[in-house]
Amino acid sequence: MKKFLASTVAASALALMLGMTSALAEDTIDPNAKQGGEIIATYKDDVTTLDPAIGYDWQNWSMIKSLFDGLMDYEPGTTNLKPDLAESYEISPDGKTFTFKLRHGVKFHNGREMTADDVKYSLDRVTNPKTQSPGAGFFGSIKGYDDVAAGKAESLSGVTVVDPYTVKFELTRPDATFLHVMAINFSHVVPKEEVEKYGADFGKHPVGTGAFKLAEWTLGQRIVFVRNPDYWHKGLPHLDKITFEVGQEPIVALLRMQKGEIDLPLDSIPPAKFQEVMADPEQKARVVEGGQLHTGYITMNTTMAPFDNVKVRQAVNMAINKARIVQIVNNRAVPANQPLPPSMPGYDKEFKGYPYDVAKAKALLAEAGHPDGFDTQLFAMNTDPNPRIAQAIQQDLAAIGIKASIQALAQANVIAAGGDKAGAPMIWSGGMGWIADFPDPSNFYGPILGCAGAVPGGWNWSWYCNKDLDAKAAEADSITDPAKSEERNKMWSGIYDKIMEDAPWAPVFNEQRFTMKSARMGGADNLYVDPVHVFVNYDNVYVKDVQ
Amino acid sequence: MIAYLGRRLIQSLLILLGVSLITFALLYLLPADPVRQIAGRSATPQTVENIRQQLGLDQPFVIQYWRYLTRLISGDLGRSYIQRSEVTELIVSRLPASLLLMVGAILCELLIGLSMGLIAAVKRGTATDQTLMVASFVGVSAPQFVVGLLLLYVFAVRLSWFPIGGYGTWRHLVLPSLTMGILGAGWYARMMRSSMIDVLRQDYVRTARAKGLARRAILFRHALPNAILPVIAMIGIDIGIFMGGIVVVESVFGWPGIGQLAWQAIQRVDIPIIMGVTLVSAFAIVLGNLLADIIAPFIDPRIKLR
Repeated sequence: MKKFLASTVAASALALMLGMTSALAEDTIDPNAKQGGEIIATYKDDVTTLDPAIGYDWQNWSMIKSLFDGLMDYEPGTTNLKPDLAESYEISPDGKTFTFKLRHGVKFHNGREMTADDVKYSLDRVTNPKTQSPGAGFFGSIKGYDDVAAGKAESLSGVTVVDPYTVKFELTRPDATFLHVMAINFSHVVPKEEVEKYGADFGKHPVGTGAFKLAEWTLGQRIVFVRNPDYWHKGLPHLDKITFEVGQEPIVALLRMQKGEIDLPLDSIPPAKFQEVMADPEQKARVVEGGQLHTGYITMNTTMAPFDNVKVRQAVNMAINKARIVQIVNNRAVPANQPLPPSMPGYDKEFKGYPYDVAKAKALLAEAGHPDGFDTQLFAMNTDPNPRIAQAIQQDLAAIGIKASIQALAQANVIAAGGDKAGAPMIWSGGMGWIADFPDPSNFYGPILGCAGAVPGGWNWSWYCNKDLDAKAAEADSITDPAKSEERNKMWSGIYDKIMEDAPWAPVFNEQRFTMKSARMGGADNLYVDPVHVFVNYDNVYVKDVQ
Repeated sequence: MIAYLGRRLIQSLLILLGVSLITFALLYLLPADPVRQIAGRSATPQTVENIRQQLGLDQPFVIQYWRYLTRLISGDLGRSYIQRSEVTELIVSRLPASLLLMVGAILCELLIGLSMGLIAAVKRGTATDQTLMVASFVGVSAPQFVVGLLLLYVFAVRLSWFPIGGYGTWRHLVLPSLTMGILGAGWYARMMRSSMIDVLRQDYVRTARAKGLARRAILFRHALPNAILPVIAMIGIDIGIFMGGIVVVESVFGWPGIGQLAWQAIQRVDIPIIMGVTLVSAFAIVLGNLLADIIAPFIDPRIKLR
């Protein structure tokens, strides 16, 4: 399931907002880029779907971005928002009305021109419960969402087609994250006639406005993208063809890349091979490293004794040797001291967090009435390296007297235990850890630390619910004034600092992404660890060996 | 014969029904909630409930199973929760690859196993015999995941004789077939050896030798056809073992068959696919056994169907 998007400077987005018309941002094309050529990329798992309303995993996320476009996008390799299918936009002074002017002459892969009706149709479709979109909830601030979600209406009353090239959104509340929402895959524009033609199989027959068109999909074998010659963004994409071969074990993919058979092994480098790759200068030169908007953490169920005592939770925070855990993952991460990852706006650089201090942790436990520790359970996913990390946590906890038995289970079972109030005292989030859907500090709160997520089947596995912070979060998200974006980020920092005082989590690390590419691949490094395209920006990369 | 067939068919149907019931019940009892997987983490409880209703997962077990069964009878295996495609389409598109791999594996195990067994029987008690038997033992006990990677490394990466994984030409087929076949080859070598030794002790072999027939003629014309019978009967049963093996082997070699499909579905709790692949596998095993039983009397007249 989930694994997502990425970092940005919300300030840059906000600077464009509020009563101002945005400048028309054309991104510059790499002058060294060569036109043409084909590449082969590999994945271990089959691609599930290429329907932008449905696809929600790290594998199809980048592929969908190359087939479809949204009103907004980000500058390649960065988290800076820019208009995409929209030519410009306007935000009302109260921050509740967004009006987008669409580009003229943008064509779907079937040759028809895209208009405002398609934008409205796409949003009605993604929010309709019959679509079963995992992203429907992102559109909750649009007027009429509740009626559509409840099945009482077929169409969002807050989305109006003003003319074929103008679409207006009315929100129920000022939403500082709305432009990001217009950039996520779920809001990408689809043509009604093709969706109706293929029905539930649209995900296997995707038709969008994107830089590439689907040319072939042989189930379980390969997916072939070819260049869209009518792409509205002149000069893009650079590649003529991308073949995604699926069903390739990461270790086999690595061997094939070493032999020059493939260009992009897209699963992460197998742990057993990582040291070898990084120790070999020739191979290391092909590795691109980048930060992800991810945090791995231990949740403690704040409704379950003894974790209902804040001192116990703080003691756990002090007991974890994060540096050692980072070593377990081959240093493919950096230690974390707060929920937000470092590249997220609102990350508090001054915040020191809880130090690794076994003596103090023991003292806190004694103060909490557990001088001899206690028995508990630690849930973790059963795929490497999570059981090893859970063992390290287990040893760290044992050092202060907490005897945790490890429950290593399949992902779905851990998620189920976390969503059950009496299910799991402690969970190591590895393999399910939060990766932001879009680069905004609010994205780490609602479902995983806010009261809304502390419900059966929710993602707030520590069942932490602080009504004051919920109110503060709502207040922060209603600040759409660009001049106050710093203030908004500060408010969010304050919210996360307060959360760390209550310590429902022990943040452990922030993962780094390592992408390998063949020597013939060209383009800036950040296109291969693109925080928004997760991970490769196919529209902008190129090969160096074409004439 | 007709009565026998009728009885066996009814038995087979009952077995399939049992398999479907047990698998369905096990998946129903899983603590994982497929609706959560579909709805995603940003879904409201209302959305989750909507989806649960649409999929009929809010119904009691008996109703859910009954609905599945009635659709199954019309050949509808449902839609994948994660891929949202027809399960029938997903399985049908991958079945040819698995069948091809199975044929390749059977050829490998017969070719390797039978010749090893034959040589060991003829050279009984010699160093050759012992070496072959140790080799067959290794073949039986080596994990397929390791064998597969080893073969890949040596023959594809180092020697470049075969492609590194994938699907398409006969060269892609060799290494995965070999990986699957090595396990069976070990068994066949042992069975062939003892069966051959048995036959070579028979009176008619002694007679043939006494009348001065060439050694080669005795072996291939008289002994082999008799020794091979019990071995052939095993192939039907092999299908069950293959069904387990393809999950591993297809993953290692990136072979686009139903084993790989099953493995990915299990990781994502995609219940309709898991059910579908289980039923298709069970069907293949039942069919394989049935065919083996029906064919047996034709190749060995001593066996009669009752």
